[in-house]
Amino acid sequence: MSDLRDLYQEVILDHNKRPRNFRVLPQPTHKADGVNPLCGDRISVFLDIEEGVIKDIAFQGAGCAISSASASLMTEALKGKPVKEVEHLFEAFHNVVTTDCECPRGLGKLGVLAGVRDYPSRVKCATLAWHAVRAALEERKQPVATE
Amino acid sequence: MNAPLARSTTPVARSELDLARIRADFPILRQRVHGKPLVYLDNAASVQKPKAVIDAVGACYSGYYANIHRGVHLLSERSTAAYEGAREKVRAFLNAASVQEIIFTRNTTESINLVASSFGGQRVKAGDEIVITGMEHHSNIVPWQLLCEHTGAVLKVAPFTDAGELILEEYERLLDSGRVKLAAFVHLSNALGTINPVKTMIDLAHARGIPVLVDGAQSVPHLAVDVRELDCEFYAFSSHKLYGPSGVGVLYGKQALLEAMPPYQGGGDMIRLVTFEKTEYADLPNKFEAGTPNIAGVIGLGAALDWLNAIGLDAVAAHEHDLLEYAIARISEIPELKIMGTARDKAALAAFTMRSIHPHDIGTILDREGVAIRAGHHCAQPVMQRYGVPATARASFAVYNTRDEVDSLVAALWKVKELFES
Repeated sequence: MSDLRDLYQEVILDHNKRPRNFRVLPQPTHKADGVNPLCGDRISVFLDIEEGVIKDIAFQGAGCAISSASASLMTEALKGKPVKEVEHLFEAFHNVVTTDCECPRGLGKLGVLAGVRDYPSRVKCATLAWHAVRAALEERKQPVATE
Repeated sequence: MNAPLARSTTPVARSELDLARIRADFPILRQRVHGKPLVYLDNAASVQKPKAVIDAVGACYSGYYANIHRGVHLLSERSTAAYEGAREKVRAFLNAASVQEIIFTRNTTESINLVASSFGGQRVKAGDEIVITGMEHHSNIVPWQLLCEHTGAVLKVAPFTDAGELILEEYERLLDSGRVKLAAFVHLSNALGTINPVKTMIDLAHARGIPVLVDGAQSVPHLAVDVRELDCEFYAFSSHKLYGPSGVGVLYGKQALLEAMPPYQGGGDMIRLVTFEKTEYADLPNKFEAGTPNIAGVIGLGAALDWLNAIGLDAVAAHEHDLLEYAIARISEIPELKIMGTARDKAALAAFTMRSIHPHDIGTILDREGVAIRAGHHCAQPVMQRYGVPATARASFAVYNTRDEVDSLVAALWKVKELFES
């Protein structure tokens, strides 16, 4: 089971079991839904943005361990960050879960999801929450899909 | 817990199949995945192909391939004979009255779309109703929704119980509106394993003058189907779930109905005479087979039916029934594993959920143990909504599966629990 442990690391299992920022923001400045048509998973993200900074961020929904943990870790990573850093972080994260690149230091805990790169069918699980956040920032009305 | 474990050590052959010989017919099963022997339990999605089918497709391409129905040369004549020979094999398989009632399509989905478009387009008007059940695959929902959108007809859905059994009284009540133009339902549910009482359902529809389409995608590999005994107007299925090549489907239709229906697609091979003023259509079945079909694929389906007939569907069904009962008993030993679909009449598959562990995670972990299952909504999202789950895990069986493979599945499921509870 050693290679499975590369995917299902302790941090991921922990965030799956006890997702952080798992709630609804009552009056978010931005929100969006993300769906993964492959598995029917659905996630909603909520953001409070003040003067270009993500003051608060939360999510709700049902998904697999990878998508839940990724969403939870993402909310921790983005809270307090300037909006303009989101795209940069997403690109770095996307590289980590899809290529053999070395994980940049700036990604912090998000790096635990690097194991996903060996499971191509699960990349969409890891990026679902990120797609939803990007849709929220673009103020898209339709739920964003991973494919 | 001891009894089922003890049973796992008994020899496999409670059924009369020579499993070792059957497995030897499937080259793909000999491989290892992630270092483990492949245990292929995703048969409801698509089944693996015996060497007889692979060889028949190869023999066509390397020996006598040419386009059919038009050449005067030898290869075309041979291809045509093999292609039409396969049609006769399908006719015999379904016990249809005539080869003119066997239409080759791309898959079950296209067979259903053909009926929705041609039969539905001709006969369904605003205010009419189409009756389906709550356990349909998307392929037997969306074509009717499209038809309803075009015509202003209404889709009615007969519900099922928590066990996954159709509520016949509700189905009958829907048929009673006087506006129903077609009943379309699944024979064997791909999400639940339920075998619907199709003969009764057809008789109930016929008592009200309502024609019936049966979606047989899942049933044909597991149950003997006799369309004349069923008396349904249409029966649709795919080759790829029946040990044949992908890209080939079948639509059975009663001859008088097919003759009265307009063509589905226009083009070559479906005409008798074309001028710019008017086109005369070909007779059945060519009227519904526009363009060059999947010639080698159809020939491969014929080989699959020969292969399956040599084993006998009754023996296949008995073996799979034994396997399913064993699998359900074994996986039910796992705490917090819940089987979805517990109909009394059930075949071929076990769908399940494990509390707080998502089916995708189950699927990934099983894959690393060599066990291929399906995780997801199985193209039956309304069934998932009915049970309030986003997805399920599904192990589905074919004739070549063994009790040992069920044991591998069970061992892998215990690993899932171990990993998630550590």
